[in-house]
Amino acid sequence: MSKQTRRNFIKTAAVAGSVIAGLPQKAKAAPKNILSDDRMGVLVDTTVCVGCRKCEWACKTAHNMPTPPLETYDNRDVMKKMRRPDHTSLTVVNEYEFDDYPKFPIDVKVQCMHCDHPACVSACIVGAFSKEENGSVIWDTNKCIGCRYCMVACPFQIPAFEYHKAIQPEIKKCDFCFGRTSKGKLPACVEICPMEALTYGRRKDLIDIARRKIELYPDRYINHIYGETEVGGTAWLYLASRKFEDLQFPKLGNSPAPGVTEAIQHGIFAYFLPPIALYALLGGVMWINKNRKKSEEGEE
Amino acid sequence: MEDYMKPTPLKTKYFTPGVIVIFAFATVGILFLLARLIFGLGAVTNLSNQYPWGIWIGIDVAAGVALAAGGFTTAALGHIMHKEEYHVIVRPALLTALLGYTFVAFSVAMDLGRWYYIWHPLIMWNGNSVLFEVGMCVMAYLTVLYIEFIPIVTERFIGRVNLPGFLSALNKPVDSLLRILDKTLDKTMFIFIIAGVVLSCLHQSSLGTLMVIAGPKMHPLWQTPILPLLFLLSAISVGFPMVIFESLITSKSFGLKPELKVLSNLGTMVAPLLGIYLAFKLGDMVIRQTFVYLNEFSVESVLFLIEIFFGIIIPLRIFLSPKLTKTRAGLFIGSALVIFGVLLNRINNFIIAYNPPYKFAAYFPSIGEILVTLGFVALEILLFRAFVMIFPIVSVPQPVASKTKFFIRGK
Ligand code: SF4
Ligand code: SF4
Ligand code: SF4
Repeated sequence: MSKQTRRNFIKTAAVAGSVIAGLPQKAKAAPKNILSDDRMGVLVDTTVCVGCRKCEWACKTAHNMPTPPLETYDNRDVMKKMRRPDHTSLTVVNEYEFDDYPKFPIDVKVQCMHCDHPACVSACIVGAFSKEENGSVIWDTNKCIGCRYCMVACPFQIPAFEYHKAIQPEIKKCDFCFGRTSKGKLPACVEICPMEALTYGRRKDLIDIARRKIELYPDRYINHIYGETEVGGTAWLYLASRKFEDLQFPKLGNSPAPGVTEAIQHGIFAYFLPPIALYALLGGVMWINKNRKKSEEGEE
Repeated sequence: MEDYMKPTPLKTKYFTPGVIVIFAFATVGILFLLARLIFGLGAVTNLSNQYPWGIWIGIDVAAGVALAAGGFTTAALGHIMHKEEYHVIVRPALLTALLGYTFVAFSVAMDLGRWYYIWHPLIMWNGNSVLFEVGMCVMAYLTVLYIEFIPIVTERFIGRVNLPGFLSALNKPVDSLLRILDKTLDKTMFIFIIAGVVLSCLHQSSLGTLMVIAGPKMHPLWQTPILPLLFLLSAISVGFPMVIFESLITSKSFGLKPELKVLSNLGTMVAPLLGIYLAFKLGDMVIRQTFVYLNEFSVESVLFLIEIFFGIIIPLRIFLSPKLTKTRAGLFIGSALVIFGVLLNRINNFIIAYNPPYKFAAYFPSIGEILVTLGFVALEILLFRAFVMIFPIVSVPQPVASKTKFFIRGK
């Protein structure tokens, strides 16, 4: 028994020691969340998109992801099932058919929306996500610990995870071609689109363009720019000819997704006052009870 | 006092048929964990891009943290309220919390895609992240728990350090180190005890804030801004039942007489706590008018009702009865139901209520996930058994009464 005892003792001591040594010493700034007036966006006109899926190919090529040759994308069979972006493709195009217009299916390109107040940025435990000045929401592989809380948080169910990698699995999502746009190039999907269904530009200008389109063609579009106000606004904006719910866009409110949690969180921790007050209160109660006990014992 | 109680290492055989079965479960769980480490999360779990969190988070972590609440509730009762008659349960509760949180930390690590980066939050801070707050608090509380445990170690080993072979040269220094620790901690322990209670309140509630960010993905029966309060209240009300439950099982398994009087007294405190929890839970439902969802027959509504009836109302009825609270069966069943209720509540919050907008298949845990979870529970039981046999934790009647020091060390 004594052998077991000693080992356990040493283990306990070692664990305790290492935990104490590891306690945080210095604070670091929370991740930046700048909203530049000049931030960029993409306007997706789903009434123009023909579902050629060239954007899917271009996106993979631009990100060095394996892809079959461009010709194979002409096969439209894949569109029979709803697909979602995952670790093999950061964007997918889904097709919706409606009985009233069977000849004109609607195609919808799906990728990260690059929210103005992104839930993923707010949620990430180590600040691996950040909203950049040009509007992109990007992810830092050097920080991520793979907890997947970003996936729990994202209202659009976008971040994907490489579940079948044991070492350095990555969170995969559209990065708004940050590497290309910071060098002045267009996002790969925008550049390749033969129909000009995707317009890259300042978010402000895109909203103006979208409004004008709706005004000019009231029969063509419903009066709603998806992403203008949803979850506090997104960099990617959508126009469509019918209700967005029919096209499987999630119905979301206008307040930023992380709003409530950050309010609760900062309420509980406001200047560390609540925890300190609780500490003082408990200390006082403890002191009083101890003294009462003592005086009782003294009287006995 | 005629039946004077003192914590003593229990002497008995470690392996019994029951223990061997538990041992088998632990081994299988460890094998699946190895597979997870070698082949990745996807090889062992049913997690997907739709369901990023499964039972390793919902049960091992969320429920694990809640069920370890006996540690801080008894610490508050025994030390802060200074109710000395409860000191016999403080040490077992402390040990349970210590093991519970150790396994919570371990489960988190195993669920992380990049477990080897688990130290990142120590230097990469995101104050907006609830997960960051929970992580920091749990880590700090785990440290506090180990510090609170040191006096038990010193009590066991001071004057009895006997290292083997060439290490024996260290006997003296280790002994004096223990003595220094014992002296310092004797004077400063109150700092850690209060810190433990504060840290627990903080992270127990923040655990509830965790799922608020999922927004509309969460079923309205559970999604509420007062989730942090509900989590804290439920954690507080499961603390004593957990202690009662364990105490009854420990005494049974070691053939001791249960401390029925202390446990009944503890039991009388459960009803008011459960009552407050129930009031807030129902009040929230009325204010947000979510009772409409109870009209539809769905997995969510059924599980919500089970959670409330079997997890709160029935045990509340049991603990309200002075007669039942005095019997072993009443205490056992009541406590077991509260524990079941909180366990189900955490599963509901983290797994059942989570409803992603784009679904392909519902999430059900894989065999591997279930076996790992069972393996963790088994390991915890095995360690608990080993600890109470090595360290003075469970109080047994003593022939001679000698006064020992107070804090943490029982009486
Ligand atoms: S869509 Fe999701 S992943 Fe993209 S920025 Fe918004 S919250 Fe983050
Ligand atoms: S998985 Fe990575 S990026 Fe996502 S929240 Fe966790 S640490 Fe952040
Ligand atoms: S912006 Fe870039 S990363 Fe995003 S979908 Fe288009 S090509 Fe892919």
